[in-house]
Amino acid sequence: MKANLETLPRALQAVVALGLFALAVFPLFGTDFYAQMVARMMILAIFAMSLDLLLGVTGLVSLGHAAFFGLAGYALAFLTPAGEAVSLWWTLPLAAAAAGLAALIIGFFVVRTHGIYFIMVTMAFAQMVFFLFFDNKVLGGSDGIYVNFKPSAGLFDLDNKLVFYYFTLAMLLLVYAFLRRVLFSPFGRVLAGIRINEHRMRAIGYSTFGYKLAAFSLAGALAGLAGYLWAAQSGFVNPELMGFQMSAHAMMMVILGGMGNFAGAIIGAFAFEYLLEWFKDLPAIGAVHLGKHWQLWMGLFIVLVVVFAPRGLLGLAERRPRKATSDD
Amino acid sequence: MDLANFLIQLLNSVQYGLLLFMLAAGLTLIFGIMGVVNLAHGSFYMLGAYLAWSVSSMTGSFTLAIILGAVLSIVFGLALERLLFRHFYDRDHLSQVLLTFGLIYIFEEVRSILWGDDVHGVKIPDILSASLPLTDNLSYPVYRLFMSGVCIALAIGLYLLISKTRLGMKIRAGAFNRDMAEALGVNIKLIHAIVFAMGVALATVAGMIASPVSSVYPNMGSQVLIISFVVVVIGGIGSVRGALIAALLVGLVDTFGKVLLPQLAGMLIYMLMAAVLLWKPEGLFRQ
Amino acid sequence: MTSRRLVLTRTAAIVGAASTGLLLPQIARAQGNKVRVGLMLPYTGTFAQLGVAIENGIHMAIDEKGGKLGGREIEWFKVDDESEPAKGVENANKLVQRDKVDVLIGTVHSGVQMGIQKVVRDSGTLCIIPNAGVHAATRALCAPNVFRTSFTNSQPTLALGKVMVDKGHKKAVWITWKYAAGDEAFEGFRDSYTKAGGTIIKELGLPFPNVEFQALLTEIASLRPDAVACFFAGGGAAKFIKDYAAAGLKGKIPLYGSGFLTEGVLDAAGPAADGIITTMHYSDSLDTPRNKQFRLAYAKTFRSQPDVYAVQGYDSGQLLLQGAAAVKGDLNNKQALYKAMESAVIDSPRGRWTMSKSHNPVQDIYLRVVENKENKVIGIAAKALADSGAGCKMG
Repeated sequence: MKANLETLPRALQAVVALGLFALAVFPLFGTDFYAQMVARMMILAIFAMSLDLLLGVTGLVSLGHAAFFGLAGYALAFLTPAGEAVSLWWTLPLAAAAAGLAALIIGFFVVRTHGIYFIMVTMAFAQMVFFLFFDNKVLGGSDGIYVNFKPSAGLFDLDNKLVFYYFTLAMLLLVYAFLRRVLFSPFGRVLAGIRINEHRMRAIGYSTFGYKLAAFSLAGALAGLAGYLWAAQSGFVNPELMGFQMSAHAMMMVILGGMGNFAGAIIGAFAFEYLLEWFKDLPAIGAVHLGKHWQLWMGLFIVLVVVFAPRGLLGLAERRPRKATSDD
Repeated sequence: MDLANFLIQLLNSVQYGLLLFMLAAGLTLIFGIMGVVNLAHGSFYMLGAYLAWSVSSMTGSFTLAIILGAVLSIVFGLALERLLFRHFYDRDHLSQVLLTFGLIYIFEEVRSILWGDDVHGVKIPDILSASLPLTDNLSYPVYRLFMSGVCIALAIGLYLLISKTRLGMKIRAGAFNRDMAEALGVNIKLIHAIVFAMGVALATVAGMIASPVSSVYPNMGSQVLIISFVVVVIGGIGSVRGALIAALLVGLVDTFGKVLLPQLAGMLIYMLMAAVLLWKPEGLFRQ
Repeated sequence: MTSRRLVLTRTAAIVGAASTGLLLPQIARAQGNKVRVGLMLPYTGTFAQLGVAIENGIHMAIDEKGGKLGGREIEWFKVDDESEPAKGVENANKLVQRDKVDVLIGTVHSGVQMGIQKVVRDSGTLCIIPNAGVHAATRALCAPNVFRTSFTNSQPTLALGKVMVDKGHKKAVWITWKYAAGDEAFEGFRDSYTKAGGTIIKELGLPFPNVEFQALLTEIASLRPDAVACFFAGGGAAKFIKDYAAAGLKGKIPLYGSGFLTEGVLDAAGPAADGIITTMHYSDSLDTPRNKQFRLAYAKTFRSQPDVYAVQGYDSGQLLLQGAAAVKGDLNNKQALYKAMESAVIDSPRGRWTMSKSHNPVQDIYLRVVENKENKVIGIAAKALADSGAGCKMG
């Protein structure tokens, strides 16, 4: 699989650092609405990063990743009683762990398949989870459930939009740092090896099934973290959060940004969401309302990216790689 | 469930399964022969349905609509292959997924611009619009039998094409080892173009044939897409025989599931797919 | 080398432009003297037609009365909700927080409505629901600032039960999709049908949005009920009608349904739909001067025929007009505004109707039969039917 950037060239790192700074000071200049919008993008960035662990690092193309995102959101909804808030400090880890456990169970069945079959079976399981929640009133049914109160954090007030923003930013940075550590740890190196050539890794003696399962579960837990934050922010969970569309969107974010180094996932998430908004807000020219046809622009954009920027946005900015080795 | 009921449900299963086969055949062809994941498959189905509606309402003839539609879809498929897909045979599955996902958006919007967002019906030609009585209060629409007939003819046709003709031989050779086939003088580019056009045509014609029964409405492609993939994966990618067996299996599970296990009905097909893949990780009849 | 520098500078430029793009809108929102009306409707996707019809109705109502609300000019804001529940909250926030609308009118899809409900309950923004029939909006989740001008999912079927029993059909099978709207429609049918003395011999459901009905049609035939009652809408409804007829059940087992079975699909369904009896709070063919006048005006303005969604949009406009007039355009005078809207009498093409205590229409439900691609009104199935509003605690 091509298009995996593990490190960024110096100049690009500077740009990314600039972006990070912008994120940090942004809410001080914007209104609450925009702080919320960017916080949402950051949550999606965490989701995208968790998928990048599977996609870009391990080479596992999962079309069902949103199942874990949604499950954690539902966990928060179920844990929050009708009349009061729950504590962030035990519900967040619990929700993420629940998502991770679900990933472990599903992964146990799914990770034994390969290639396109893996893609399809992850989609199948995600659809199953979707229908489980959609069809059953006891789980909320097709209309979803409310999270009546934002979780309370004791020391700081998550109801304050600025506080929530910075909390999300902190989570984003934590997850990024964590994943970078994982990437360059022995565990991460094995995952990268599996992506490049699984047979060889097995020949060397690694139990690839175990490593893939571990990656799948870890990615699921991190997706759960993002899902928890989403539910906390919007106050509303529905089965579509676990659906195929959501998974596909996450995948597009990761590919758009550039796979394999997590910064790409963040950039992809922001770029994708921002672009979506931009397309929808296009003005009308004469009788043609451009914004109404946002699907057309989005589709064209995606096609253009795939054709001309196969390594994503980061790949565009990277120096041309040397002649590809036999591993690519 | 008494015997009569059981037999009728069996008939329903087979008929639905055959329809699914027609939908999945194009997908498994493109997938299996060229290794291209085509998420826009459902969009072709939808385009076929809308084509059938607009041509038949303009000309009044359903048969003309099908013929014209088949021709148009082959041309469209060839053009799409030449302009876009040709460059993606060597790309990884991910890029193909992304590309075809983008195409879905484009096709949906184009459809909305060209044909609008209303629900439409396609009239069944009069000779096929009768119903055969099965019991004292249940009849079976002749048109569905016609559809099943078309699907069976299609299955036989594909089988003969792939295993008994020179073209089929070249297709199989190209799927097995592209470079070798090319070295032996097979015009792989042309083969790929033909197979792709066939795949698109199959999906589009399926949409046209099914349109009187399914009605024509926005988003009709996405429902078809997922179930086509399920059928293809259960059957084994690239295997037309596998697609047929898998389609019949899915038809059975879906039909009897709705009646016997309504609580799980939504999940049953996916559970079936998961079970099959656990037993045979590459589908029932892997190539 | 140069290309890389180019890309880098371009990236920086994009990032810069993007951040100003994000900052810009909040500079320019001066609070003029215009009323800000936000429309959150599906402009793409399966329900796009409904969104267009509703918006047309709203504009028609307001333009008829001079295009102003309580004497003030209107500034319109639109958001396409794509009928996507996952984006419901964020889309509603675009109108409520970003555009700071005074009133939000939306939407069609009940899942999305739940998202809107959360946002407007928290923010206190006036909200008018022009379609979504989800019970909770005027029951457990009701709010003083939320008004509905359409129906609850169970209202049409609440009027259906007695009609069927009166026609001698005492054993019925119910069939629908298994999702919230289907469940809620069933609630109305079950309550009214059993109350009138009917027995529901089986309740059939298929996963949404599955449209392979053959298996269940066979099941219906083997159950031999006196009649079948159902809830389907859109493309699926057209298919169900056609499949029902093709299976030979038409004429042998009478088909009844919530009116949405035959709304907007009669062209697609064709002669298969003849004879189907439905109940709904409106019918295109309603033979009253008010309706005729409305339909004529709508057709002239928009060059298409109005449907129930257009009527609901029109009534939303009327409700807003009445409320705004009562407070002379000062929509911040919430007490008076809500009181005016609660006591409004809407002169609707569907007939006059009033608000229930939980802010849902109290309206007549018509009995209709399909004849030649039209829903002919043959009577009133229920007069002044109100939704129970169970669980609504307001004020």
